[in-house]
Amino acid sequence: MPPVDRFWGKLSWAAIPLDSPFPLIASAAVALILVGVLAWVVLKGHFPYLWREWITSVDHKRVGVMYVVLALVMLLRGFIDAAMMRAQQVMALNGPGYLPPQHYDQIFSSHGTIMIFFVAMPFVIGLMNFVVPLQIGARDVAFPTLNSVSFWLTATGALLVNISLFVGEFARTGWIVYPPLSELAYSPGVGVDYYLWSLQISGVGTLLTGVNFVTTILKGRAPGMDLRRMPMFCWTALASNLLIIAAFPVLTATLAMLILDRYLGFHFFTNEAGGNVMMFMNLIWAWGHPEVYILILPAFGIYSEVIATFSSRALFGYRSMVAATMGICVLAFTVWLHHFFTMGGGGNVNAVFGILSTVIAVPTGVKVFNWLFTIYGGRVRYNVPILWSIGFMVTFLIGGMTGVLLALPPVDFLVHNSLFLVAHFHNVIIGGVVFGLFAGYTYWFPKAFGFRLHEGLGKAAFWFWTLGFYLAFMPLYVLGFLGMTRRMQQYDVPAWQPWLIAAAVGAGLIAIGTGFLVAQLIYSIRHRDALRDVSGDPWDGRTLEWSTSSPPPSYNFAVLPEVSCLDAYWVEKQQSGNNSDMHPLPGYAAVVVPRSTATGIICAFFATLMGFSLIWHIWWLTGLGGVGAFATFVVFAWRDQVEDEIPAEEVGRMDGLDRVARGRASGRGRPS
Amino acid sequence: MSAAVAALRRAGETKRVAVGYGFWIFLLSDIVMFSCFFASYAVLVHATAGGQQARQLFDLDRVALETACLLVSSFTCGLASIASGRRSAVLFHVSMAATLLLGVTFLSLEVTEFMSMVARIAGPTHSAFLSALFALVGCHGVHVSIGLLWLMTMMAQVYAKGFRDDVSRRILCFTLFWHALDIVWVALFTVVYLIGVAP
Repeated sequence: MPPVDRFWGKLSWAAIPLDSPFPLIASAAVALILVGVLAWVVLKGHFPYLWREWITSVDHKRVGVMYVVLALVMLLRGFIDAAMMRAQQVMALNGPGYLPPQHYDQIFSSHGTIMIFFVAMPFVIGLMNFVVPLQIGARDVAFPTLNSVSFWLTATGALLVNISLFVGEFARTGWIVYPPLSELAYSPGVGVDYYLWSLQISGVGTLLTGVNFVTTILKGRAPGMDLRRMPMFCWTALASNLLIIAAFPVLTATLAMLILDRYLGFHFFTNEAGGNVMMFMNLIWAWGHPEVYILILPAFGIYSEVIATFSSRALFGYRSMVAATMGICVLAFTVWLHHFFTMGGGGNVNAVFGILSTVIAVPTGVKVFNWLFTIYGGRVRYNVPILWSIGFMVTFLIGGMTGVLLALPPVDFLVHNSLFLVAHFHNVIIGGVVFGLFAGYTYWFPKAFGFRLHEGLGKAAFWFWTLGFYLAFMPLYVLGFLGMTRRMQQYDVPAWQPWLIAAAVGAGLIAIGTGFLVAQLIYSIRHRDALRDVSGDPWDGRTLEWSTSSPPPSYNFAVLPEVSCLDAYWVEKQQSGNNSDMHPLPGYAAVVVPRSTATGIICAFFATLMGFSLIWHIWWLTGLGGVGAFATFVVFAWRDQVEDEIPAEEVGRMDGLDRVARGRASGRGRPS
Repeated sequence: MSAAVAALRRAGETKRVAVGYGFWIFLLSDIVMFSCFFASYAVLVHATAGGQQARQLFDLDRVALETACLLVSSFTCGLASIASGRRSAVLFHVSMAATLLLGVTFLSLEVTEFMSMVARIAGPTHSAFLSALFALVGCHGVHVSIGLLWLMTMMAQVYAKGFRDDVSRRILCFTLFWHALDIVWVALFTVVYLIGVAP
């Protein structure tokens, strides 16, 4: 190990992986793209606009869009990791393949870390950001600046993970860094430290998001919207954020203990001096299992919205749906031990957790039947969002059933840590969370930007993703039965190879599907005039977000809506003929909006300094970062002008323009 | 009172409710984090690796003094929140200064306790039990230190800006934070020190 310098800490030229081509090429490509985009932005003169309207914005819609952009970019990175692993396993029969073990191990670790923390989480949180305040008829989240800070801290975590590509290394321990492998004795490099600090920093952001959204949903709803009138997506967002509040502190504490072990020689999880490795498993999964529901519940909410809208019918069994959501929210904390039945807790312990794990399938089953019954009585329009939803129902059902299998301890002992498990959780996370996020992305895109995504390219993306998913992951179930364990850099069983080739072809199909998603976005932006929606309600929606213009003004609603029933906007539409004469011209009042502030990004800058210097033991820089972050908060707290007022005339003028446009649109007849 | 002023006042009240509510939720999550350290302490309390046990380590007199400091500081902190409600700057600064003094006393007692333990070869690196002990008590200590930094910031802000609405909301949050640390200490005092010295 290189000596620790007083100024540079552990950092030296040896940290740059000059001897290994892959990370070098990859990081060079990432750096080129980053520099290229930055140069383009600056040269084209877009930077002031970006700074003013996006980077320093505290508008929940802007923050939400930035979350989704971060997630999509990181999805590409995580997918490249996946493709590299699939290629390695095709090639590595009786041989080393093309990736040396220390590399392969970093890739499967970063794939999992990125996909969960920097793709699924920001995507889910981004959609909640964009949609929840609109659906509950609020002007913004409860704490707008805090929201911006949350986003930028998440981005800091993502940045640190990407820096690890070029400076140093990433963890080689899998995505939840089990000790004792992750202890200093067995992982002396900085890889685990990159993991720990990027998750601690982004974890703070996630926790603050949880606080923000629970407060927003419980304290910020429009007049008349009691909990029984709240859209399903908001219910699932509430459940998800309650889980964040209760589960993320557990992750913070667990990772803090591992940090103490690694940095100060503590013995929480070491092999010697009484450390208890299984305590780490228990703690991390006490966060990890609820985390699964933090991701899937909002996806369930998206399906509920999409299925009701495209079936032109109220969601079947709204109350049972709410009960099922909150039931899952509670049960989520009672099943963590099924991740390590093989610990040896004994028959009774395993039986309890096995039964609870199968019980949690019941509320999920309730939901699936509710969606089916909604479609059954409805007139279904087969647009892209509902295709993802139907694809989800079929795929998730399979994943759910293999999950029930895994919940039975005797079965689990046979397939523990095999590719059967890998197939199962990809089945529920891709078929459940990712499909839902794509459905939500397509569904709310016109609300965010005022034009739709191209339908045909979206359908192509859907079919390639779905078929690719089946081809990529069904073989892994078989491989699990054939005895192949996860995370194998090479193997010597010829019978496995054909299945691994099939899986790689499936990954190729998913790559084509991803290509269609990119093409869809680019095509739609270029042809945005043809895809324009001025009605604000392109899908004949049911909830309040469709009652305002697309994109909505910064204050969301010219006049806060009064809610008297479920599916408020739908009922209102039924009662009046068309959009233009729906509301009588209201009396406008001035609207107060929070001021933009650079607090979020400056805070993230100092957090990045702190994270990086902690990883490399550059203590003076850690101190500097801490002082800087504190100073940022003090400057923020000292502001005298925190809000701006938009005068009533301006609100009225904007709303008038929107009414005229909508009147014209509804004159042409409502598009389907 | 004109309608506009009434609306403004209503908006201010809504904001105060939301801020208090949000901060309560944050505190609950913080208590969940503490509970993890409590749980790890309970798991590791007998994992002494042949080293010293709880009974040999604690000096109850010092702990009693620490507890007294913290409980009285909660009282002075309560006075500060009354002062903020009455917009009385003098009472506010006096009671916040008293809170600060008590907090610093508490921290220095804790630091001397830690140092005496390290000197007696009972530092956190010697056994899993000591690791859990130092982490749990230290986590509370770190919270108190952050609280003191916040306290001084609030004193400066009241001095500079007076009892503006946003400043009083922050005072509300600070007092909630300080009382929550007291509650955690009561649990800590019981689980670590009282049960630790029990025969």
